[in-house]
Amino acid sequence: MRKLPSHSAQTPTSARGVAGKSAHHDSAWKHVSGQARYIDDIPEAADLLHAAVGQSSEAYARILSMDLSAVREYPGVVAVVTVDDVPGHTDIGPVFPGDPVLAGDIVEYIGQPLFAVAATSMRAARQAARLAKVEYEKLEPVLTTEAALAKQFFVRPSHSQLRGDPDRALANAPHRLQADMHVGGQEHFYLEGQACLVEPTEDAGVFVHTSSQHPSEVQKLVAEVLDLPIHEIQVEVRRMGGGFGGKETQAAPLACISALLVRTTGRPVKFRMARADDMIQTGKRHDFYNTYDIGFDDNGLLQGADIMVAGRCGFSPDLSDAIVDRAMFHADNAYYLDQARVTGHRCKTHTVSNTAFRGFGGPQGMMIIERAMDDIARHIGADPLDVRKRNLYRPGRDQTHYGQTVEQHVLAELIDSLETSSDYRERRTAITAFNRRSPVIKKGIALTPVKFGISFTAQHLNQAGALVHVYTDGSIHLNHGGTEMGQGLYIKVAQVVAAAFQVDLERVKVSATRTDKVPNTSPTAASSGSDLNGMAALDACETIKQRLVDFAVQTYKVEPGDVTFSNNQVHVGTQAFGWAEFVQQAYMARVSLSSTGFYATPIIYYDREAGQGHPFLYYANGAACSEVVVDTLSGEYRVVRTDILHDVGQSLNPEIDIGQIEGGFIQGMGWLTTEELVFSDEGQLLTTGPATYKIPAVSDAPLDFRVALLPHSPNREATVFRSKAVGEPPLMLGISVWSALRDAVASMADYRFSPPLDTPATPERVLGAVTATRRFAGLNDTASGAAPCKSA
Amino acid sequence: MIEFFLNGEHQTLANADPNLSILEWLRTKMRLTGTKEGCASGDCGACTVSIGSPDQTRPERLRYDSINSCIGLVGSLHGCHLVTVDALKQEPVHPVQKAMIDCHGAQCGFCTPGIIMSLFTLHTARHSDALLAQQPVPDHQLLEALAGNLCRCTGYRPIIAAGRKACVETWSPAADQPQPLSGPDWLQAPDMIAALTRMATQRSGLEEVATHRRYDTPLTVAELRSLRADHPNARLIAGGTDLALEITQQLKDLEHLIAVDQVAELKTTEIRSDALYLGAGVTYRQMQALLPQYWPHFAGMLERLGSLQIRNKGTLGGNIGNASPIGDMPPALIALGAELELDSTEGVRRLPLESFFLDYKKTDIKPGEFIRGVTIPLPHANDQLLLYKISKRLDDDISTLLGAFWLRFDDADRTTLSDCRIAFGGMAAIPRRAQATEKALIGQSWDAHSIAAAVAALASDFQPMSDVRGSADYRNTVAGNLLTRALLETTRSHTDPALPLTVNDYA
Repeated sequence: MRKLPSHSAQTPTSARGVAGKSAHHDSAWKHVSGQARYIDDIPEAADLLHAAVGQSSEAYARILSMDLSAVREYPGVVAVVTVDDVPGHTDIGPVFPGDPVLAGDIVEYIGQPLFAVAATSMRAARQAARLAKVEYEKLEPVLTTEAALAKQFFVRPSHSQLRGDPDRALANAPHRLQADMHVGGQEHFYLEGQACLVEPTEDAGVFVHTSSQHPSEVQKLVAEVLDLPIHEIQVEVRRMGGGFGGKETQAAPLACISALLVRTTGRPVKFRMARADDMIQTGKRHDFYNTYDIGFDDNGLLQGADIMVAGRCGFSPDLSDAIVDRAMFHADNAYYLDQARVTGHRCKTHTVSNTAFRGFGGPQGMMIIERAMDDIARHIGADPLDVRKRNLYRPGRDQTHYGQTVEQHVLAELIDSLETSSDYRERRTAITAFNRRSPVIKKGIALTPVKFGISFTAQHLNQAGALVHVYTDGSIHLNHGGTEMGQGLYIKVAQVVAAAFQVDLERVKVSATRTDKVPNTSPTAASSGSDLNGMAALDACETIKQRLVDFAVQTYKVEPGDVTFSNNQVHVGTQAFGWAEFVQQAYMARVSLSSTGFYATPIIYYDREAGQGHPFLYYANGAACSEVVVDTLSGEYRVVRTDILHDVGQSLNPEIDIGQIEGGFIQGMGWLTTEELVFSDEGQLLTTGPATYKIPAVSDAPLDFRVALLPHSPNREATVFRSKAVGEPPLMLGISVWSALRDAVASMADYRFSPPLDTPATPERVLGAVTATRRFAGLNDTASGAAPCKSA
Repeated sequence: MIEFFLNGEHQTLANADPNLSILEWLRTKMRLTGTKEGCASGDCGACTVSIGSPDQTRPERLRYDSINSCIGLVGSLHGCHLVTVDALKQEPVHPVQKAMIDCHGAQCGFCTPGIIMSLFTLHTARHSDALLAQQPVPDHQLLEALAGNLCRCTGYRPIIAAGRKACVETWSPAADQPQPLSGPDWLQAPDMIAALTRMATQRSGLEEVATHRRYDTPLTVAELRSLRADHPNARLIAGGTDLALEITQQLKDLEHLIAVDQVAELKTTEIRSDALYLGAGVTYRQMQALLPQYWPHFAGMLERLGSLQIRNKGTLGGNIGNASPIGDMPPALIALGAELELDSTEGVRRLPLESFFLDYKKTDIKPGEFIRGVTIPLPHANDQLLLYKISKRLDDDISTLLGAFWLRFDDADRTTLSDCRIAFGGMAAIPRRAQATEKALIGQSWDAHSIAAAVAALASDFQPMSDVRGSADYRNTVAGNLLTRALLETTRSHTDPALPLTVNDYA
């Protein structure tokens, strides 16, 4: 640089927008003015082609022949490729093999991509892709978890965690209950469907714009499919229109297929899935079949538990090993199981391969123990909240069934506080009185906790990198391996950087996540985004700061302790320099103003063979109290009030954290209530769009919705500014709605019966619970004041 | 040729595929990518735009309505002012945008342009009335405006907060903005209104030269009649909120569309002796303003029929002609004893609506015929119409079943039922009456005993199917339970009037 930029002298002011402040999302204005660019908004090259794939119409079959002539001849079609055209790897399984990029001889789910088309318009590509003539030899598919369990048909081996002697504890317990339940899956329904744009580079490689939570994996898989070194592939993710886990592995196939079409045609290719194709072809939250066998004393205190969780993985392993692991790790939720066995099965079915979804199996595991808490309460005639409180981890009863000790006991006080602020006891009394008078509408209330382990359970993923540049005008550029999907990660990490240098947030600019800026990154997943990338960015800042301190010490002959950063200034002994001014001095003295940063989470390990370890750095905690009204004639319901108290440690950005909590709660509620995936008997997904798959709409949000952060609760682990992860844990606060629905229905038998209620608890299933409860209570229609109900 | 305005600028279009959606046109032809595609089926609202057209009650002004651009066809833009999020880049920032930023109402931002346009349309409507502009927006109206906009990130609370905040704030874009979006009144620019008024009387249409695909827009019933006679295979489009799915979901290329939305005679609503006449082109939105005056239950039902974006576009004639087995309006109209009016070059044909539906998606419409309107007998003193829509989700969901109960009591005390018509949607291949059930009730005392007999009779009326919305068992059970709900609702004053009967009492 020949001439330094001018910088106006600044009066010292305390740095604005640093970590801990509720800064707005970095794209807020672009969001509200339609200027935020998603993949499909990137200006198109004149020679751009659009991709689509032909889909299998069979759940399990051998392909006898595939006649693609009509596809090739369709107007606008430029290229058609099959697995035979793949130069490199044909299997793109993220952890274990099993995911063909395009089908080979065998198809294993309805909708599986058979071949890919590139055409001059998306419509032409999609129309052409429907014209293939495929002959199949049908094979006998396995479509349900129960069928897979019966056949021991698994994508990965089963696994158990054991503590003590549960069989003996169960045999000796004063009370023993057994039950099973189905927990439904969930479509991510990110508003922006899967999409990528792949451009040829001047070498043999490609540049990939993708809507992915894991750019490094997309990079690696594209390289393998094209049989190129990784350095020939660059991947950029500016933002996603929602991810929720659905773009952790599921974005890669689109990029690989597009890259193949780029290789074939030499032209840029965009692959954006129409909503129905996205819902059919990409994985969802695993549905689970869970059972429990529990023993407890007269007070409902658990003495032993034997729990089985079985996830429906679909046709391939994808991430299912770790997902079922996490279901096992959370089969205790917040409760000390005492003598316990937790077994997990990874069931193979001929359906789309299920994948990561916010909570990553944890929510499905928690459902079985939350069901147990309600069931114990009805059995001993106690309030379910009291049973939950009694069973919480506490000193002396603090070791999980996988050997990790719960060290920070946040929940007991948190629950007490929420119990008071939500007027739980008063409302419980009022609700019970109301239910006695009201023949049709019944009210229910439940307060349920969440304890969620933070860290990737695959140890090596717990690492992150960052890149920080300070420019000579004092502006700062930040890049890190985390991706932005709406969760506010970019702004949070920028706030960390602003806090590190004690400069205004506006000085810090975050650029799109790119594999050539920060390499070998982990997915933005497992709620780890700010924990990992915040620490990596902080590390880079500390390196630069140290150089600035060294420079000051050398130049101004002061002690290192005399150099401080505050109020947009650098203080050196008794002198103070404006931030930009000091940066220029350092530049002129040839001090490097750029650094990478790195972080690896300490402490964590897990011995999978033994089922024991310390897989989580810490736990995030929260609780929700929800009140519902249920129409016992139709099964329809509404959430009338929800109170949430959640522990985010020392928040990096309170408003953004509250947004994560509210959104997570609603998403969890949707999962457990109206979001129903329906498959035909042949294994075909029937709910392929928002007309039939119902995520919560505006009126489903609680009429009265109160959310607060637990005050004065710094993380005892040395996380970035003592904050706690917030992405996934609040999803499980939605369990309070499900439990409240059961509570409302249980009132029809004077709370002596715990109605079974599989999820999603659609109005139909709620009416089924009503019917079961009436039957238990021996009520006839006149006694209840309502109509006869046939089984639903 | 069609003529319209896009964000204040005059546009014409002639050689275009009539299958082109407004959204696709915006994004691919105009490269205006602010408006997003979330589903291309009119269910998520990410593509929401605002459509200005001369206000029937205040012709000197434009009224703005939100619609889903993904299932609006470009041919329908003739004579409209299309406003998209791309227009909202003025200083000062529109209050809706400012409030959405201040309240952290956007996370991933993909649904946000649609939410902005729904709130912008609401804001514009409230601020076209000086009195309303000052008052807080009723929650009910705010939720109605947003019910067709799905957000997967926020949980809606901050969006609701933003809506409340923005609606009481006025907006006057400064005059020094780039033309033509400058000045406080760009939405009501007199030149534009004059041009749109002129366009309303001009014949319009599209024809794609390469394929000869056509979009015709007759202005009179006479023109429609002769077009229909000349092109019996052309598809009628009356709002198109369902028809467009054939284009966007089934990827059909429709060869010839005849739009009925410019035919003024089809928008008639009037009292004819003791009946209400509704033209086939009347939208759900218009029916929302009219029907509850005579039958209050329409208010709750229509509010849950589709979303506001759908109700602004979808029409009575479209709903009937589409012959969905559920189609919320038909069971209600059948219960009311409505008569259907069909028109063609052969003349006008009238028949009871209930005999129009023959089988799944099959009607008695003859080649060359079109639906002209519906005549509904007005209620007598002791008549009551009860409408119960049951769906998985309360907002914007297709009914699992819909029960419509037209009850005529002997006296105001409702002790005896002298007549009734009970119709269901979602219980058979067509919307249809429950005749055995009716028979069990007519002339009987209106009490639990009769209801029990009616529930038993219901089993012989329907053998519903199981589908994604519900099982046959559920449908049967709930259909019976709705009879009980009807009894409880009509006799509520005898029990405890304060006790709620449905979850909507908590709205």
